Amino acid sequence: MELSKEFFKGLYKENPVFRLALGLCPALAVSNSVENGIGMGVAVTFVLVCSNFLISLIRKGVPPKIRIPVFIVIIATFVTIADLVMNAYRPELHKNLGIFVPLIVVNCIILGRAEAFASKQGVAASFVDGLGMGIGFTLALVLIATVREILGAGTFLGYPLLGPGYKPVLLLVLAPGAFITMGLFMGLFAWLDRRRKFRYLEIERAKYK
Amino acid sequence: MDFGYLLTIAIGTIFINNFVLARFLGLCPYLGVSRKMDSAVGMGLAVIFVMTMASTFTWLVYTYLLSPVTNIWGIDLIFLRTIAFILVIASLVQFCEIVIQKVSPHLYKALGIYLPLITTNCAILGVAVLNIDEFFQNGGPITGSFIYAVVQGFTAGLGFTLALVLMAGLREKLEMAGVPESLKGQPIAFIMAGLMAIAFLGFSGFSVG
Repeated sequence: MELSKEFFKGLYKENPVFRLALGLCPALAVSNSVENGIGMGVAVTFVLVCSNFLISLIRKGVPPKIRIPVFIVIIATFVTIADLVMNAYRPELHKNLGIFVPLIVVNCIILGRAEAFASKQGVAASFVDGLGMGIGFTLALVLIATVREILGAGTFLGYPLLGPGYKPVLLLVLAPGAFITMGLFMGLFAWLDRRRKFRYLEIERAKYK
Repeated sequence: MDFGYLLTIAIGTIFINNFVLARFLGLCPYLGVSRKMDSAVGMGLAVIFVMTMASTFTWLVYTYLLSPVTNIWGIDLIFLRTIAFILVIASLVQFCEIVIQKVSPHLYKALGIYLPLITTNCAILGVAVLNIDEFFQNGGPITGSFIYAVVQGFTAGLGFTLALVLMAGLREKLEMAGVPESLKGQPIAFIMAGLMAIAFLGFSGFSVG
């Protein structure tokens, strides 16, 4: 029961990209196609789950003063594993993601969860938290990438979707499109929140009438 | 070494491949400290300083400790790149903090609070990795590689500062503007960054070199 709550909070309520505004650099940089988004999401989820698990496991043995360097080394180790594995089995994807694969180390989601969650909570909860946050990050990437790829290239996962007559909005796959799409999505989420709050207030008010 | 190429690197990193607006590196400080002009300038200076230092030291570490072609023990340690770089950067930032505090309390007062934030600024690790990608061939440095790396580090910092200061100027004006409720804060900052990125896209028409 508790665990499912830890899992689902990462997907929407505390979505790392749209809500917590963490891990923005990769979210914008590799969301130009859905395939890149999924690849990056899987790599981040792997690192997040593994580092959360390990950090939670050793949390009682690490002196608080040197915990950040210890966390960083653990994270960097898993990033190196992900980097080498991706280079070996998906060289094309590895090339597309470029420097953003080693840069997973400084992705604030991972260190943020290590510091805020895994260094305080039990192993199972940390594992599930990592999984939820990782999948939430992947979903956010896929969402942005879907908009950018469909409108900017007329394709989805590489398959032509809008027909040969469609003139792609090139701007969306370029850098400015990433910023603007991100801004509009964040605005949308803020608007949904506000609407829900208003609804809730109205219901409460109706009760007391 | 070729001075024309140095100019190409400088203009390329400041304008055409601006670290924030074209490469999506360092977005967290870009959105986090661009609310006021003073803090934007302080953060910019700290980033220029740390980026130049980081480029210098990561180049030395990669060349003399990791690369199989040039290192002192002749073993291939390239797989340690990510871990080594993040440790170099973290200790460098810590070291800078201590030195600045001793040497110039005035400068420390201006930069002090930004320095710890810089360790997790992905632009720093980003420039270190890019230096290796661009100025090394088959594991060994190309001629003039060291100077190129330092110049790229310095100009990347300049480009970051330029984008940050421009953004801070805009956001100070934005305080007075009537932004829709849902877009206030981060969403509108993203959309503005997108518009700035469109302006910077104009530089990609330049042919340098």
